[in-house]
Amino acid sequence: MTQEQNGSVGIVVPQTLHFDTPLTLACGRALPEHDIIYETYGQLNADKSNGVLICHALSGHHHAAGIHHPDDRKPGWWDSCIGPGKPIDTNVFFVLSINNIGGCNGSTGPTAINPETGKPWGPDFPPLRCRDWVESQYLMMQHFGITQWAAIIGGSLGGMQAMRWALEHPDALRHCIVIASAMKLSAQNIAFNEIARRAITSDPNFFEGRYLEHNTLPRQGLALARMVGHITYLSEDGMKQKFGRELKTGNLTLGSGSDSDVEFEVESYLRYQGEAFSGSFDANTYLLMTKALDYYDLAREYNDDPAEAFSHATCSFMVISFTTDWRFAPARSREIVDALVAANKPVSYAQIEADHGHDAFLIPIPRYMDVFHAYMKRLKQELGHAL
Amino acid sequence: MRFDLTLIQPWINEGSRVLDLGCGDGTLLATLAKQKNVSGIGLEIDPDNITQSLAQGVNVIEHDLNVGLGNFRDNSFDMVVMTLALQTLRYPHLVIDEMLRVGRECIVTFPNFGHWRSRWYLSQRGKMPVSKFLPYTWYDTPNIHFCTVKDFEALCADKQIRVLNSAVIGADNNQSPLADRFPNLLGVTAVYHISK
Repeated sequence: MTQEQNGSVGIVVPQTLHFDTPLTLACGRALPEHDIIYETYGQLNADKSNGVLICHALSGHHHAAGIHHPDDRKPGWWDSCIGPGKPIDTNVFFVLSINNIGGCNGSTGPTAINPETGKPWGPDFPPLRCRDWVESQYLMMQHFGITQWAAIIGGSLGGMQAMRWALEHPDALRHCIVIASAMKLSAQNIAFNEIARRAITSDPNFFEGRYLEHNTLPRQGLALARMVGHITYLSEDGMKQKFGRELKTGNLTLGSGSDSDVEFEVESYLRYQGEAFSGSFDANTYLLMTKALDYYDLAREYNDDPAEAFSHATCSFMVISFTTDWRFAPARSREIVDALVAANKPVSYAQIEADHGHDAFLIPIPRYMDVFHAYMKRLKQELGHAL
Repeated sequence: MRFDLTLIQPWINEGSRVLDLGCGDGTLLATLAKQKNVSGIGLEIDPDNITQSLAQGVNVIEHDLNVGLGNFRDNSFDMVVMTLALQTLRYPHLVIDEMLRVGRECIVTFPNFGHWRSRWYLSQRGKMPVSKFLPYTWYDTPNIHFCTVKDFEALCADKQIRVLNSAVIGADNNQSPLADRFPNLLGVTAVYHISK
């Protein structure tokens, strides 16, 4: 893995690790064997104390930084924050980014072959909970011989995994950085997820989730699900700024009635996002991931008391939210902060002014970067780095 | 370090849990952590101050004091400190109530508007005082609730707040027997250690 000095980790090559011991899941079933596809950036130091684990969000994957080919147009999904000199500084930290089980980017998920039937898992893939991801990530940690992460960092659903780590394996991390996340979904969040799922399952090509066996894909449904999702990732102001009421052709052709007639820029954008996603993502994975999100409730087994839940944590926390994020609003982050204060845990919190809605966590907004850099400086100092 | 921050340190016990309202760049909490093993949290609203606090290793929470401390539990801190922020609050008396609810003891420092220079400025010029220490015009200032040492003591008496310690810092940025004798006239900054 070459390191370039332009803030990019350069060309990265994904690796795959095979686990042939069964992984027992929260639902009681077990995955007899599984693969994890992952990327790493930076060098693990001699005492293996500089590891940083990145947890990805709903549709994320292992390719968080750098590029795969010299002519790649787009870098990894969190290239804004991972690289030499960036907040997650690969000159200092060893960064592990994996695709979670249940995913569709190379780790074992519904598109993989079920060894018992010889066919794709499809809808028979075991339902997953966030803690299953944490346990599989724990196996990855052991593989690298790391006993404690310098930090576990995640945005959105990734933040939920980071918090779960802090409760399940308190000694395994020094810092937990939770960005644009929540301790559980609101009824509104679940409602949007349900619309997305219905869009998928009511596609005629869904075939009860066995579309691969029918050599087809529920592309319409998945595209629709993504379009709904995308609206919730953006803010009203952000959409207004990005698209306004701009017309695609420059003039309005009122009511021509045709389905393919895209009149507004925002329509064109959503259709493009839906199309692109439906060709690259697996519908069963989408169903599985949204269900894991819906069922996530940090404090459920701690008498529904988040402060009691966090009393089990021993790491320090940094929580970041964005003003126009209405999917995981600042108030949700503030609940995390309040619970941590009540549990007497070290916590910092910043609420970043941003127009980008939930997507802001992926964007290098200057103040966001300042705060992230400042917090990571503390981690560097703990590692004894001269600054 | 600002002298009021130096002055209050002996009132803060070794290893205690401190909440610093308006913690600025985090200097007080960073110093207390180093010298007294204090575990602290700062509340701050200014983005640059928040970044600087983080960079100093201070735990800081972005928080507007004007919304109160509703999310902090009763008696959850040994000491709640608020230095030179009282005069910027919309409802200073309610924030003091909140400080006393959340902390077992509190420290408040504020600029004393009863200082002779303020009085002189107003009486001679007939205009709101502007100084190096308080450089703002009346219409564009974060300081919306000035008070004097006497005013603050009256508030404490009204609310039956116990004054455990008090001091003033004079114009030479130090304590002096004369300023101690005439705090409301010679104190530039007042420093109070209070409890319920």
